[in-house]
Amino acid sequence: MSHPDYSSDSHLVREDQTRSEYWRRNLQYVGILLSIWFAVSYGAGILFVDTLNEITVPGTGFPLGFWFAQQGSIYVFVVLIFVYVFLMNRLDRAFKVDEIEEVDE
Amino acid sequence: MTVQAWTFALVSLSFALYIGIAIWSRANSTSEFYVAGKGVHPVANGMATAADWMSAASFISMAGIISFLGYDGSVYLMGWTGGYVLLALLLAPYLRKFGAFTVPDFVGDRYYSQAARMVAVVCAIFVSFTYVAGQMRGVGIVFSRFLEIDITLGVIIGMGIVFFYAVLGGMKGITYTQVAQYCVLIFAYTVPAIFLSLLITGNPIPQFGFGGAEQETGTYLLDHLNRLHEELGFAAYTGGTKTTIDIFAITAALMVGTAGLPHVIIRFYTVPKVRDARISAGWALMFIAILYTVAPAVAVFARTNLLNTVVNEPYAEMPEWFTKWETTGLITFEDHNNDGLIQYVGPAATAASGEPLQNELTIDRDIMVLANPEIARLPNWVIALVAAGGLAAALSTAAGLLLVVSTAVSHDLLKRGLRPKITEKGELVAARISAAVAVIIAGYLGINPFAFVAEVVAFAFGLAAASFFPVIILGIFSKRLNREGAIAGMLVGITFTAAYIVYFKFVNPAANVADNWWFGISPEGIGTVGMALNFAVALVVSRFTAPPPEHVQSIVERIRVPRESGETHQTAEA
Repeated sequence: MSHPDYSSDSHLVREDQTRSEYWRRNLQYVGILLSIWFAVSYGAGILFVDTLNEITVPGTGFPLGFWFAQQGSIYVFVVLIFVYVFLMNRLDRAFKVDEIEEVDE
Repeated sequence: MTVQAWTFALVSLSFALYIGIAIWSRANSTSEFYVAGKGVHPVANGMATAADWMSAASFISMAGIISFLGYDGSVYLMGWTGGYVLLALLLAPYLRKFGAFTVPDFVGDRYYSQAARMVAVVCAIFVSFTYVAGQMRGVGIVFSRFLEIDITLGVIIGMGIVFFYAVLGGMKGITYTQVAQYCVLIFAYTVPAIFLSLLITGNPIPQFGFGGAEQETGTYLLDHLNRLHEELGFAAYTGGTKTTIDIFAITAALMVGTAGLPHVIIRFYTVPKVRDARISAGWALMFIAILYTVAPAVAVFARTNLLNTVVNEPYAEMPEWFTKWETTGLITFEDHNNDGLIQYVGPAATAASGEPLQNELTIDRDIMVLANPEIARLPNWVIALVAAGGLAAALSTAAGLLLVVSTAVSHDLLKRGLRPKITEKGELVAARISAAVAVIIAGYLGINPFAFVAEVVAFAFGLAAASFFPVIILGIFSKRLNREGAIAGMLVGITFTAAYIVYFKFVNPAANVADNWWFGISPEGIGTVGMALNFAVALVVSRFTAPPPEHVQSIVERIRVPRESGETHQTAEA
């Protein structure tokens, strides 16, 4: 993998800063999404399942905690991945690190 | 047409389809053989990943296990889907950017160490073989029960099919066959579920149906089931019996194990771009979620139907499916009180007099999905469809696993290890030969299974969680993690997890009760502790040893962005 030649140090510094900013934003997204991931499965489906089971999903026979453990968490997982893909594609474009389709900018 | 004729027709048809695809998509280079030339569309890759992932265990066993465990079965539902969130957010895009062929490739290059590569090769081969043996067993069960042929012959036919398309087509052949297998298996799984849901609740969507009311009585299905369970002395269906910490640990071990399984990770190398790797994890989970949200509904329908059919009914009047499964030894009835009725009761059951009641019926959990359509008296073609779906699930997973074994041997062991000068052609021949040998060994394990296949699968997850996951994550998210830390972490994680499982499962099974477990965590969940140990040891050892060399740190920088500024299109693609 060849590295581009940078003519000046200031360019290098700028490059480093954008890169760490990109990475920081990425970690932020991952942190938020994984908190939701944890909350619906380990939280609602396991740790607080007994409390939530006292509530029934309206119009059904599902105790809420049981529903999260066997249905809800899975739906949320799917949504989380698609949200992540959307956020990251947007971030890639904003920082101009997205993979280019045919022609270079 | 009889069930057997339908089964024969549908199974032959699906097999012909798989063979046709294999011929159409032969592999001509190592890149095609290992990663399908990195040209798979993300949606196709999602389907292939779903079929690859959903094994005989998901298709045949899971709903059955849940129908016996109730809430406790949630560990499989959350564990085997939640891992994809970890894969998509923490692994897939970076590994795709890294651009290797295999998991040991990443470990060996990132940790600049042949020793680390070899530890990873051994783990990959072990995990894959234990898994594949279970798949072949599933093939055998379907053949023997539905086509009433010998299990040995059934396994040989299954091996022949896998041999044909895995050896010929490599990853390319496997990928497109898996797309077809996904379609077969998801159709075969959902159609009977829709029938059952309509019959019992009048709602065609099983995911809603099992929360609905029974058509006959108007009470909610889950309430009815909980009441039946209480009467019969079982734990409440929506309540469960496992402790919270154990549920937590098992779920975590399965999630992390999923994200560490080499045959799943390798699928994200097959797409053209980093962006495609992210989105194909999303498609994969969506396709998987269709089956995984139907499964708990199937479990409830199966449980209800079973209890309605057998409880306190005369043994002599049992329907045909009951007797057929009895001959396979998977249902056994012993009339302890000689009243000719079936007493099917849980551990807490007592008779009206207060005397404890003895259970007279033993049912293998694995048969519930296969027997379900018959119990509900669905049309013959639906019953046959389930058999074809079960075979699709088992074969697709077996093929993916066999590919991991063959690449581990030809690429990691020969090309990157013992014989670096091997030609492209020679490597391809080696890959085909090792795939062939792996097929034969897997077939042998399917015909002569160890009594502990199910235990060994739990083992595979625990090991994947305790070995691969931490070193891959840290390899991406920590630039400071070095060779010494990674090797020490993997060894400690594997040794601890293996020792705990071997002790409780094989050395001293009598001691395998909650009182003896550490922190109340069962062997199924101990991979979580092994993983935590791996993380801790890797980080601590890295702090006290030399940092990784400059070029490795720049590799880590590089994999964190899809394309570096100034980098041209061609290099981003390479």
